[in-house]
Amino acid sequence: MGERIIDPATEGWAASWYEASARARLDGLLDAGSFREVIGPEQRRMSPHLPLFDLPRAFDDGMIVGSGRLDGKPVLVAAQEGRFMGGAFGEVHGAKLVGLLRAALALKPDAVLILFDTGGVRLQEANAGETAIAEVMRAITQVRAAGVPVIGLIGGRAGAYGGGGLIAGTCSRLVVSEGGRISVSGPEVIETNRGAEEFDSRDRALVWRTMGGKHRRLTGGADAYADDTVRAFRQAALDAIARAPAFDLATLEAEQKRLEERLARFGDCRDATEIWGRLGVNDPAAVPALTTAEFDALLAGLGETTHDAR
Amino acid sequence: MESLTFRHTTQKALPGAKAQAITGVVASGNLEVLLERALPASECTVEIETPIRGYGEVWAAVVADFVARAQPGGLRITVNDGGARPDTVSLRLLQGARLMEV
Repeated sequence: MGERIIDPATEGWAASWYEASARARLDGLLDAGSFREVIGPEQRRMSPHLPLFDLPRAFDDGMIVGSGRLDGKPVLVAAQEGRFMGGAFGEVHGAKLVGLLRAALALKPDAVLILFDTGGVRLQEANAGETAIAEVMRAITQVRAAGVPVIGLIGGRAGAYGGGGLIAGTCSRLVVSEGGRISVSGPEVIETNRGAEEFDSRDRALVWRTMGGKHRRLTGGADAYADDTVRAFRQAALDAIARAPAFDLATLEAEQKRLEERLARFGDCRDATEIWGRLGVNDPAAVPALTTAEFDALLAGLGETTHDAR
Repeated sequence: MESLTFRHTTQKALPGAKAQAITGVVASGNLEVLLERALPASECTVEIETPIRGYGEVWAAVVADFVARAQPGGLRITVNDGGARPDTVSLRLLQGARLMEV
């Protein structure tokens, strides 16, 4: 399955992460030809539940796992295909990620990379999916405690929602792009439960400034902001591995303190732009239109958005 | 779900030595195609699982056209369909055969 879909010698190398398939992302992220898939599509380890609902299955259940090299470093990787059932966690999908993380305890790679693209738990196999989310979070803490950083890359069309957002919160470092979104309840879920006055899911600008990459980066919910290219995600992943924090009591206490301070400082804000204003951004309304370079310059000026906590 | 299986004899083996390839995705109006070099050089099978029932004759025509054009001898092809139109199916099958040749 090692076909090189993106040729680094061509413009394709700058291809959009958002638009790329999970396999194309892996192919462009890792060193050329280094990806080795585990439980590949030829093994046909498909969902046992979807046929009960008369729904089609995917050969890899929307989760691609394996090993590869990133600038020569051995890494384990997992990529979700967001176009298959919204990248949702089913039984096989989740078990493949849990298995990969448990393998990391034995193999001790330089990092585990998780390419998120998920709406959360697959409703047709919800109990198995919820269990998988819990098992993944537990496995990530064990891997981090063993000294292996777990890096989340978020820039797909499904974002990282539901249980995927919870898992992202347990990673050592998160890289996010403009198109990537991180949250637990999605826009439609909030609107359904609390009404359009609370959150209008059709207001795309509201969705992006509340859950999008720039907001998450500004409030320390993500550690790096990347352009929407495979090349940018590769570089950001390399940087993130080098800067991964320790996973000990001091880190967790610092994270708890940071979150308490965030709530105290911004808890009464009615919109993300209010938070950005309190952070010291001079012109909050201009933030969504900033280029990556302009946004990085803004971040550097604020000086408070990078934490060793998490 | 409806399962369909088509067996064809081909005049020659598909060029190349690649053991397997996959293309496409199971999404609305799309499909994924898994190709494996697993049969004698003069045979090709195409197995399809589709949630849209009753289009066996259309599948048969699209597959027969693909086999005639690509001569995919030696391939076991398995399709997970997400309700793709015949032209999309045809393009994906040809794309898959091309991936096996390079």
